[in-house]
Amino acid sequence: MTFDTENLALTQAIPSVLPSWSWRDYRGAFAVRWCVYRNTYSIPPGVYAMHAPTADSPILVTSNYKLSFDHLRRALSGIAAWILVLDTKGINVWCAAGKGTFGTDELVNRLHETQMAQQVTHRVVVVPQLGAPGVTAHEVLKRTGFKVVYGPVYACDLPAFLSAGMKAEPQMRRIGFSLGERLAVTPVELVQRFPQALLLLLLFVASAGLGQQGTRDIVEQGPWIALAVGSNFVTGLVLIPVLLPWLPGRAFAWKGLAAGLLLGLALAWFWPFGNVAALSVALLSVATCSFLSLMFTGCTPYTSASGVRREMRWALPMQGGLAFCGLAGWFVSRFI
Amino acid sequence: MNMQYLKNVVTLRLDGDLCAGCGRCLEVCPHAVFQLDNRKAVIVSRDACMECGACARNCPVGAIFVQNGVGCAVGILNTMLGRSNGCCGGEQCCVSIA
Repeated sequence: MTFDTENLALTQAIPSVLPSWSWRDYRGAFAVRWCVYRNTYSIPPGVYAMHAPTADSPILVTSNYKLSFDHLRRALSGIAAWILVLDTKGINVWCAAGKGTFGTDELVNRLHETQMAQQVTHRVVVVPQLGAPGVTAHEVLKRTGFKVVYGPVYACDLPAFLSAGMKAEPQMRRIGFSLGERLAVTPVELVQRFPQALLLLLLFVASAGLGQQGTRDIVEQGPWIALAVGSNFVTGLVLIPVLLPWLPGRAFAWKGLAAGLLLGLALAWFWPFGNVAALSVALLSVATCSFLSLMFTGCTPYTSASGVRREMRWALPMQGGLAFCGLAGWFVSRFI
Repeated sequence: MNMQYLKNVVTLRLDGDLCAGCGRCLEVCPHAVFQLDNRKAVIVSRDACMECGACARNCPVGAIFVQNGVGCAVGILNTMLGRSNGCCGGEQCCVSIA
């Protein structure tokens, strides 16, 4: 984090920060996307000063996940503000709001503890819109005298929001899921699912040796099995998120099924070790891609819990059935 | 991208008689589910609701009901299997938005 040492004295005990990112901030932002020290990427809760704020400067609330704080910081170039960081145990605003750690009680307590009422003359706090699932605005007003104004979804819209007198244009209130955002959430999935993929690969390669040819089959079929597992891994965790808007259907299990069918047919077409094994590989690909696609629902900003539950009721049995048939065929193909 | 999930599945309900027309639900909803019509909130795209619960929590007159939850299959599966608190592995959620 970049501290503003020049203005440090003006704000006494309140740490001053700058909008710029240091190479450490960039490295940290990259690392957490790849799941490295992700659960400890936090900053101390409390109040921070940006550009020597005065008694008139706005109070902007965020979580103590460092990536959230850094995005807010970066958006405030040239804007004097108080940044009030809530203790969300290092979790981003939206997820913490869903859990309630970014919530009314924490905001009220943090306002009292930091004595914000003595720092500023106004009585307004800007809470990120995605914090609203955890915060009850009218209760905060009742308990602290501070009026909650919900800021835009994206921190980068804050300058426009503030200069318009804390008014958000309708599009600032809407969340998106652009290609960049879809790609940003995939590395974590790749890292987390890699051990499972490796284990599956080893099991399938080992099972290839069950037939009469034994180790000769392992050597011969190993690269093909690696190709099948690897392409399912990439399709399920990268291609499906990237192609999400263009895959058919609304249910994620359908979208994954469509992608898995294409992959499965391609693998089966070229599979050189018999028709039963080829068909099994296709069935297993359909099941895997459909399942991984369903598991991606949590990474998106638009799926409802009711919807996901409805999908799971038919999709999990279907995927299980396909996987069972695929596995049965795979083992049968060892002995024919 | 066009973010349309399943049709006719969400638990969102709005009691128009209770609504005081403050517009808070329009302010907090990230999917523009509500609009103000004649100084009353109305639901204009119910299927876009993701049940985050922000509107119900911030409605000062309690005119909105929604069974809030996280639309995450990993979390729901974990809860079904009795593992952790239901949020992707229990420590960190999936979406990381500033």
